[in-house]
Amino acid sequence: MVDVIQARGLVKTYGKLRALDGLDLAVPEGTVLGLLGPNGAGKTTAVRILTTLLTADGGSAQVAGYDIGSQASKVRSHIGVSGQYAAVDEYLTGFENLDMVGRLYGLGAKAARARATELLGRFSLEDAGDRPVKTYSGGMRRRLDLAGALVASPPVLFLDEPTTGLDPRSRIDMWEVIAELVSGGTTLLLTTQYLEEADRLADDILVIDHGRAIAQGTADELKAQVGGERVEVVVSSREDLDAARSVLAEVAIGAVQVDDHTRRLTAPVRGGAEVLMQALRGIDAAGIGVLDIALRRPTLDDVFLSLTGHAAEDAIVEAEAKPGAATVKAGDPA
Amino acid sequence: MTATKALVDGAIVAKRNLIKIKRVPDLLVFSTMSPIMFILLFAYVFGSAISPGGHANYREFLIPGIFAQTVIFGSTITGAGMADDIQKGIIDRFRSLPMSRSAVLVGRTTSDLLNNVLVVVIMSVTGLIIGWRIRTGFVDAAVGFLLLLAFAYAMSWVMALVGLIVPSPEVVNNASFMLIFPFTFIANTFVPTNNFPAVLKAIANWNPVSSVTQAERELFGNTGGVPPIHTWPLEHAKVYTLLWCIFLVAVFVPLSVRQYRRAASR
Ligand SMILES: Nc1ncnc2c1ncn2[C@@H]1O[C@H](COP(=O)(O)OP(=O)(O)OP(=O)(O)O)[C@@H](O)[C@H]1O
Ligand SMILES: [Mg+2]
Repeated sequence: MVDVIQARGLVKTYGKLRALDGLDLAVPEGTVLGLLGPNGAGKTTAVRILTTLLTADGGSAQVAGYDIGSQASKVRSHIGVSGQYAAVDEYLTGFENLDMVGRLYGLGAKAARARATELLGRFSLEDAGDRPVKTYSGGMRRRLDLAGALVASPPVLFLDEPTTGLDPRSRIDMWEVIAELVSGGTTLLLTTQYLEEADRLADDILVIDHGRAIAQGTADELKAQVGGERVEVVVSSREDLDAARSVLAEVAIGAVQVDDHTRRLTAPVRGGAEVLMQALRGIDAAGIGVLDIALRRPTLDDVFLSLTGHAAEDAIVEAEAKPGAATVKAGDPA
Repeated sequence: MTATKALVDGAIVAKRNLIKIKRVPDLLVFSTMSPIMFILLFAYVFGSAISPGGHANYREFLIPGIFAQTVIFGSTITGAGMADDIQKGIIDRFRSLPMSRSAVLVGRTTSDLLNNVLVVVIMSVTGLIIGWRIRTGFVDAAVGFLLLLAFAYAMSWVMALVGLIVPSPEVVNNASFMLIFPFTFIANTFVPTNNFPAVLKAIANWNPVSSVTQAERELFGNTGGVPPIHTWPLEHAKVYTLLWCIFLVAVFVPLSVRQYRRAASR
């Protein structure tokens, strides 16, 4: 497969700060690369450079076969961009915004109007289409901005945190739109703070921090890198810790970790729910009181935390808001 | 090809700016109210005390000066508009599109030119009401208005560069007041320069604001028979003004376009 987006050794400095520090990336045609990283990792900087909004201080990149430096205008006619902050005109209506973008892409008056109407419908903005964007909510602006990126049906798309600030309903709608585009052959580079989003949309995930790639792979590969499943138990009294440890040691495939302070035991296991049942029976037989017991699979949160050493705050809040997303545990004090 | 594209794209951007004027009419109200206020204040407050000499009537003397001052102030709208576009992030959309690199500037300066046409019409009507008259023929008067608008257009490009450099639209407004007040007052706009202290007089006589004003007075027939001060720029006011217009456009169009390419928002 051809790499539609390809970057080698991108560097961008702001004074002493190296916002990008030799970033390499490649996105094969028709696939989605999720760029994941904590705040300030350099995601937006990378997107701005690849979309010709910013010039790199070092390295090179090609998008759709054109060099971002010497063939910037060629690049621009093959890409659609939706930046982290919505680039829409407040004083124009939603329709006028899209119509203007269509004309600037050179669609012609009639085609631009038709496309604007079509996209307003697709992003559930038809009722608001005749109102100035000033009156739109944040989520509506976000959607309009994404619509702006799609006006010319570009083969390559860059979306910088496309669902930040959207409510759960709009987020799911947005995911559907994006999935549809990708199934139509669009190549996509997506940045996100929402690990679930990367998990769901991206074929390949690149984790970056301090402007450098620190890990790459599919969601499953990255999770495997952090470790497999584990059983976690929180016992009700400290005296039971030792007994619980020996029960868990029987089902564990490695050392059982004990946290005295939170009375939590963690045992790496293999075998899923079967093993959990086994552990439960053992604990019950030993008469140990438990507050919580869960089978935990690694999430991208774990990947994120273990790789970057920063908390993915937003993502944790997110996971809490959606009980039972990736873990089967209830009442986790996070 | 690039030139046509700049014009086509520029027209699209200009249309967008005009929609904004329509949606936020306060902009137009303020840009026309202040010259009307200036006309009335100077005509009735200072007018009683200032005599421009010769047979000239102060109100006739005044109006061309106010025209010049107003279009120069009007050019700050261009700068504020550019700064606003950068601050609001819409410029990112423009910069990621395969449109001409000069289209946003062409569009902005064009819509501001149209805005200036409207402002000049409103001022002319106000002037006519308080007794200003055009005492020359149609051709001279038309050349007068064209020269005024050409100067306004050139100033727009200067301010466009300012707007691309400073961090916010407020700064454009504040900075321009600091610069434009002396620029338009150290000139023959409101009073004849004869009695200025020597240094100010030299500045005033070479100030393009003076030559624009002098050219207007000649083209509208408002000199009252008083010959211009004996310096080259004022004796050749039309030519001198035109040279300034050409100079400003030749320098500030490329500078602004270059700055636009660089201007990263945020
Ligand atoms: N114009 C600028 N001037 C100075 N520093 C900048 C500028 N733009 C970005 N930076 C710095 O570069 C680094 C990378 O920023 P970037 O916006 O790419 O991060 P990000 O990964 O998109 O973060 P976030 O998740 O918060 O959007 C940050 O430390 C940021 O402070
Ligand atoms: Mg960012």
